[in-house]
Amino acid sequence: MNNIKVKAKDLSLRYGASLALKNISMDIPEKMVTAFIGPSGCGKSTFLRTLNRMNDLIDNVTIEGEVHIDNVNIYDKNIDVVNLRKKVGMIFQKSNPFAKSVYENIAFGPKINGISSKEKLDEIVERSLKQAAIWDEVKGRLHNSALSLSGGQQQRICIARTLAVNPEIILMDEPASALDPISTAKIEELIHELKEEYTIIIVTHNMQQAARTSDYTAFFYLGELIEFNKTELIFSNPAKKQTEDYISGRFG
Amino acid sequence: MNRNLKDTIVESLTGVCVLLIIFIIVSILAVTIVGGWPNLNWAFLSEFPRDGMTKGGIFPAIVGTALMTIIMAVAAVPFGVITAVYLAEYASEKSVFAKTIRFAVKTLAVVPSIIFGLFGLGFFIGFIGKNMDTIINGGQLRWGQPNILWASFTMALLTLPVVIVSVEEAIRTIPKEMREASLALGATKWQTIKRVVIPGSVSGILTGTILAVSRGAGEVAPILFTGAAYFLSDVPHSLSDQFMSLGYHIYIMSTQSSNVDATQPIQFATTLVLLLLTFSLNAIAVTLRYRIRKKAQ
Repeated sequence: MNNIKVKAKDLSLRYGASLALKNISMDIPEKMVTAFIGPSGCGKSTFLRTLNRMNDLIDNVTIEGEVHIDNVNIYDKNIDVVNLRKKVGMIFQKSNPFAKSVYENIAFGPKINGISSKEKLDEIVERSLKQAAIWDEVKGRLHNSALSLSGGQQQRICIARTLAVNPEIILMDEPASALDPISTAKIEELIHELKEEYTIIIVTHNMQQAARTSDYTAFFYLGELIEFNKTELIFSNPAKKQTEDYISGRFG
Repeated sequence: MNRNLKDTIVESLTGVCVLLIIFIIVSILAVTIVGGWPNLNWAFLSEFPRDGMTKGGIFPAIVGTALMTIIMAVAAVPFGVITAVYLAEYASEKSVFAKTIRFAVKTLAVVPSIIFGLFGLGFFIGFIGKNMDTIINGGQLRWGQPNILWASFTMALLTLPVVIVSVEEAIRTIPKEMREASLALGATKWQTIKRVVIPGSVSGILTGTILAVSRGAGEVAPILFTGAAYFLSDVPHSLSDQFMSLGYHIYIMSTQSSNVDATQPIQFATTLVLLLLTFSLNAIAVTLRYRIRKKAQ
């Protein structure tokens, strides 16, 4: 196993009075793909969103326990959430490019970080789009609206936009669930390339996708982490009956 | 009664109501155009009133109305946008403070316009203006009397709810996903508002502005005591000057003139100018909104 990048320690989360995550502890390795699977409402997306503190935006959420990234507790009082989110990027289920040009979408992150030189921005935009494997498709229309692109292209624009701020971890919340099979294949291929440099955590409903793309898989059920192991072991020889039932399609 | 018959009656009734509304609009337009069009020419638009305001044009009223609405917009729009941003982005739905502001905005929207006039007279002229004279003008009367600045500010208060409501609506139509995208890239809340929320609300801000301007251009009561003049031989040169306004001019022509019958052509033509002004403002608003939406897609 590679170095541990993310370490959750007894993490519990409540929406008001209802307990959505129960004492989650897990170690997520660096520069690998970790998949979260489980039926709807099992807490996998909620857990994903604790890793860049997106749950802070929701009223009424209380969190206990700790999440360490590079051995720093991100729920510590002194943590700057803005810096945390630069380090931990996020791709959402529904592609959400801004109603701006392709170029402005990618340049958004660098610009809010104070980069204003046109040359530097051009360079970042080109590099990020190339990394997200969409440069060839959009290089001729960088100044067209990002919303004029197809759904699959929009999602890759969102990935490029995240890469442009140089994150170390990329969280993906069902990034391909709204896409057709060809676009999905492109995203999966991209995930495979990106793990050379980034730690990737992906939530997915699609078990084949988890099996294809990930090195490690975590199975969540009713707010609990049931099982976490190497993907090939989870799918070939799960230790828990609930995991086996879920991956063999007996429920969920 | 037969259910089908009921249906027919209800349908006819709704149709009659719609026809009535169309009839009213068409007759207003027809009467104004028939009465005003023959008198509408370049001289009418570019000359001062003559012969005890029974002849001549309405140039100072056009300039006065334009200046007043510009100052009003400059005052009302930033204030309204900031309030709307607070209500939509910062205030928690449950906070007593936000509820109070919302209640105040709603109340402001139903206050009779003449009350705004009285408030402007008491607050801007009687309080702020008087004190400005004492403090910065050595006790000489300059700001403690009706002028275009106080009239515009009073009108800004009247149109503020229009701006707040349309901007807040526009802000709320921006999907949560857009804010999340920005925050997930490490933007602060203010950066998100400045770079995502406000640019996304431009059409709402524009709509609010133009609705406010077309409302302010036609309203008379708030400026009655705060700055509008019966007759002036010059256009305003300073914020402390009084001004003539189209709406007030129509009122004067039709009730206070020395010869109401003789000024009838002027009344019609002035009304037509005011209508054309507000219609074209609304047309500009619609076009701009359409272009922005198209560009956004």
